Amino acid sequence: MPISRDAVLDWIKAYADAIAANKDYLTQLDSDIGDADHGVNMHRGFQAALTKLPGVADKDIGTILKTVGMTLVSTVGGAGGPLYGTLFMQMGAATPSKQELTLADWATALEAGINGVIMRGKAQLGDKTMVDALTPALAAIKEATANSASLSGALQQSAQAAEQGMKDTIPLVARKGRASYLGERSAGHQDPGATSSHLLLKTAADTWAGAS
Amino acid sequence: MKKLINKPEDVVTDELNGIVAAHSDLVRVHFDPNFIARADAPVKGKVGVISGGGSGHEPMHGGFVGMGMLDAACPGAVFTSPTPDQMLEATKAVNGGAGVLHIVKNYTGDIMNFEMAADLARAEGIEVEAVVTNDDVAVKDSLYTAGRRGVGVTVLAEKMCGAAAEQKRSLKEVADVCRKVNGQGRSMGMALTSCTVPHAGKPTFDLPEDEMEIGVGIHGEPGRKRMKLQTAAEITEMLAGPILDDLPFKSGDSVLAFVNGMGGTPLIELYVVYNELAKICAGRGVKIARNLIGSYITSLEMAGCSITLVKMDDDLLRLWDAPVKTPGLRWGV
Ligand SMILES: Nc1ncnc2c1ncn2[C@@H]1O[C@H](COP(=O)(O)OP(=O)(O)OP(=O)(O)O)[C@@H](O)[C@H]1O
Ligand SMILES: [Mg+2]
Repeated sequence: MPISRDAVLDWIKAYADAIAANKDYLTQLDSDIGDADHGVNMHRGFQAALTKLPGVADKDIGTILKTVGMTLVSTVGGAGGPLYGTLFMQMGAATPSKQELTLADWATALEAGINGVIMRGKAQLGDKTMVDALTPALAAIKEATANSASLSGALQQSAQAAEQGMKDTIPLVARKGRASYLGERSAGHQDPGATSSHLLLKTAADTWAGAS
Repeated sequence: MKKLINKPEDVVTDELNGIVAAHSDLVRVHFDPNFIARADAPVKGKVGVISGGGSGHEPMHGGFVGMGMLDAACPGAVFTSPTPDQMLEATKAVNGGAGVLHIVKNYTGDIMNFEMAADLARAEGIEVEAVVTNDDVAVKDSLYTAGRRGVGVTVLAEKMCGAAAEQKRSLKEVADVCRKVNGQGRSMGMALTSCTVPHAGKPTFDLPEDEMEIGVGIHGEPGRKRMKLQTAAEITEMLAGPILDDLPFKSGDSVLAFVNGMGGTPLIELYVVYNELAKICAGRGVKIARNLIGSYITSLEMAGCSITLVKMDDDLLRLWDAPVKTPGLRWGV
């Protein structure tokens, strides 16, 4: 069973809950190397996105993802707003009129979203940003696809890769975003954006565990 | 946390309502999306000048809306850049047909949100130019990083661009003034205490009684290095030295010197710093032609200061002296 439209809606709701539960944690990470707002920003955006879901619940997956993206752009602010907004808008643009997603569809959507993030933020792997969690997650999905893994297995592997990518940001010296102002002092801290991105993929793997 | 607020989530809205209550003669406030515009905007045939950024830096930017300075300001949540719909609506509201200049401080969030807004405004047929301020010498500049932060120069650029726009200069000419002020301006700041973001509830960093942070920005973020507290003379040297060396400012140069309080430092201390700065400049043969002393670009209740120097020429001096009538800066009227 591929990922249904309702499952996509469930994923967004589950992520909004995960952000709410981790709001203080994300903000704490951001106060170590940023400006103490990442959790609050993301929470504001996903609460706003939740209010938009009923209006698009009977639309296709592309429309749902684009709506979430546009809501994030107009409510999150900071770097997170344009970056997560672009991620969702590009995922939506890559899944037009879809009523369900296969593993290949999801890989395409994620790749489009990540490319959007890289275009907007110009970060590279190793710059200590959310890209460090997202890029390995995409690579893991592609590898799992090549090895004809199950959908749920591929999602698990991508969540694990994102987790590893997130942890790997700890020793890095930030080269993008606010954390870069700290220079060497940014090393030794986990990047907040990579942490929220890992949560996004972990929530996908958990919510869609029954998909195949 | 001890603050004069009602609820942390209402701080920005309550503040904007306070501005409505206090300054309706000068500005009007638009809610959802939030922006503050000149009461008489759009001014026909004049370039619109707008800026924006996170809240918590008052009077910047909202306090600088009015004749001779900004046409509109877009306040984000505390220390969080505003969203593109705010800048788009502000741009439309102040477009008098001569185009709109976006003055953007160099922070990843501000850049990306303003970029998205400029794209949307251009799609609606409005001519937009964006100039990024990046004057903080505490940050090492590099092509591979986010680059230097925009700090004190932003206030001075807003004043001089506003004056240039009043003279009905073209969009390109007003943008050139901004690029010139930014290109010839350098800043550096320091903190004696951290500050508390209302929704975070506790200080962003701990700073022991006898220590200070050198090279801080304006968001309560840690700076480049932490050290034992020293005298105002030594601290001023630590800030002015890198500024003077960076441009570099040379003997014979004429400058606008800006000693800025971070929000929690009294004016008496800013004058102590200014006295040291004046001596240092004199020692290097740099002539202070104009000065600005006070808390204009703040970091909530942080104690500390920043110093900004801009190399001036006759045109910039005239633009600086031109009349301005805003809640936060007013002369010549
Ligand atoms: N150029 C970039 N490319 C990709 N990700 C980035 C970039 N800059 C920052 N980030 C991510 O954004 C996260 C911070 O997001 P947050 O919502 O706190 O914005 P912010 O940097 O505080 O924005 P602002 O400066 O406007 O307040 C970082 O942890 C990092 O993962
Ligand atoms: Mg932040």
